[in-house]
Amino acid sequence: MIEIENLSKAFQVAKRKKGAFSSLFSRDVETVHALNDISFSIDPGEIVGYIGPNGAGKSTTIKIMSGILVPSSGKCEIMGHVPWKSRISHVRNIGVVFGQRTQLWWDVPVLDSFNLLKDIYKVSDSHYARSLDQLVTYLDLSHLLQTPVRQLSLGQRMRCEIAAALIHSPKILFLDEPTIGLDAVSKIAVRQFIQKINAENKVTVVLTTHDMSDIEALANRIILIGKGEKLYDGNLDHLKNTYLKHKRITVDFTAPTTLSEIPGVTTLQTKGQRSVLLVDLNATNIPSVMQALTLRPDILDISVENQPIEEIIVNLYEAHQL
Amino acid sequence: MKLYFSLFKIRVYHGLQYRVAALAGMATQFFWGAIYIMIFMAFYGENDSVNGFTLSQLISYVWLQQAFLAFVALWVRDNELFEMIRSGNIAYELCRPVNIYIFWYAKLLAQRISNAALRFMPILLVAFLIPEPYKLSLPVSLDAFVLFVITLLLGVILNVIISMFIYISVFVTLSPTGSLLLFSVVGEFLSGLVIPLPLMPDWLRTVVEILPFRYVADFPLRIYSGNIPVGEAILSVGMQLFWIVALGLLGNYLMQKSLKHLVVQGG
Repeated sequence: MIEIENLSKAFQVAKRKKGAFSSLFSRDVETVHALNDISFSIDPGEIVGYIGPNGAGKSTTIKIMSGILVPSSGKCEIMGHVPWKSRISHVRNIGVVFGQRTQLWWDVPVLDSFNLLKDIYKVSDSHYARSLDQLVTYLDLSHLLQTPVRQLSLGQRMRCEIAAALIHSPKILFLDEPTIGLDAVSKIAVRQFIQKINAENKVTVVLTTHDMSDIEALANRIILIGKGEKLYDGNLDHLKNTYLKHKRITVDFTAPTTLSEIPGVTTLQTKGQRSVLLVDLNATNIPSVMQALTLRPDILDISVENQPIEEIIVNLYEAHQL
Repeated sequence: MKLYFSLFKIRVYHGLQYRVAALAGMATQFFWGAIYIMIFMAFYGENDSVNGFTLSQLISYVWLQQAFLAFVALWVRDNELFEMIRSGNIAYELCRPVNIYIFWYAKLLAQRISNAALRFMPILLVAFLIPEPYKLSLPVSLDAFVLFVITLLLGVILNVIISMFIYISVFVTLSPTGSLLLFSVVGEFLSGLVIPLPLMPDWLRTVVEILPFRYVADFPLRIYSGNIPVGEAILSVGMQLFWIVALGLLGNYLMQKSLKHLVVQGG
């Protein structure tokens, strides 16, 4: 469905010389490689999380895939179209949400924007009625449709933005940071919606985000890029198994105490009756640590947690020196 | 076609949200109209006509100019489009299955039509009712009136084509201030909105008549009062059409070219 091969994009960035005055006359130009030889392919019906630190090239890739940006070199074919060459026929197949921008008309009710989009995409009346009905139900928009966009909260507006991107029932949905700035309730609503349209309408979704819980909730596959290069492409569990080097054990005792040394375990924190331990999985494993712990008769409770996915990603960034 | 109709509709709703602005606009236009007329009356003094342009023709010219300001003025602009280019929201426009030149053209034309539709009737009505010599005269003939309407509409079509160049230039400069100032000051003068063409010195008039700007304002407004006879005017309509086609094609070409080089910055 989406085929990307050896895609590169370089930007010319003007840099200021030593003095502000001399840069009036000549400028130093630096070439920034936003994308360097990226290749991947995405099949119909997938939800792919496209992640990476700020400035990694996520948005650049989304812009190229939506036909806004022309790459310096490389191939990109989406449903048989090269986005920047046949822009108009390509964009009929895709829906795009840029979390930091708005596509709705600011001063008129949401429904007016939707109606205009219907005409822009030449959606038939019956089709429009059906897809609007679905979007209104799933995103809970019924009481928002007559409100001018400027009066909506960010969470309400984002739900409308996503609906706006889906009015023409695209086969592919690109979401560039769709949950940025949203509260927990709105985030979950957006996630559930993405899952629903993926399951029911078979929409292929590519989303970028910095919120790892988005990825955990949605994506069965992640592509990690950094400094314009692809670092990892595969499923999330595999990433966890590869990069998960530590587990965290919280132990509650019946009375304040200190814990004797267990090999491969460091005590992160001891506070009253509670100790937090970090287990290095390279040196030992969970069963043997548990065995050592249960020798103590005064234990009240034990909980074992994985390292949060955020920390894994940070480790991964560090491993690649991003 | 349906799309452009919807675009027009949403634009009119948008315009209706600013009723006070429309009222204020009308008051301003009366004020300017009156000022212009008084200045030109002082300038005419005892003369009834200068370079074949009679005072009553001039007064009609000024009132029509004020009533259809949204059609003839170059400085009418859509800040939303500038903001879109500046902020990068244009990314969304590029995700639509439409030719951006035509799409924006339709937006701008709709803006001018909705703007004028709200204002021209009351201004014309009052201008007809005020006493001589300040009043707007009736058109010289039915032919002239029909031709006035046609050329005025062709004029606004050309005007939007010319103003599209301002938006295209913003792709390069990222700031509308310079192009807007240049276009509104120079363009306004060249289209005869500051000094009507018949009052210009001959050499200047020759230059201005070669340029496209006068076909936006000067040409239709002078047909109404009979200063340009119908027979002569019909020939010039060809010139008006020529500019529409030539500048339209050039604008579309430049737009597509600058879109190829466009970089939407930021995440």
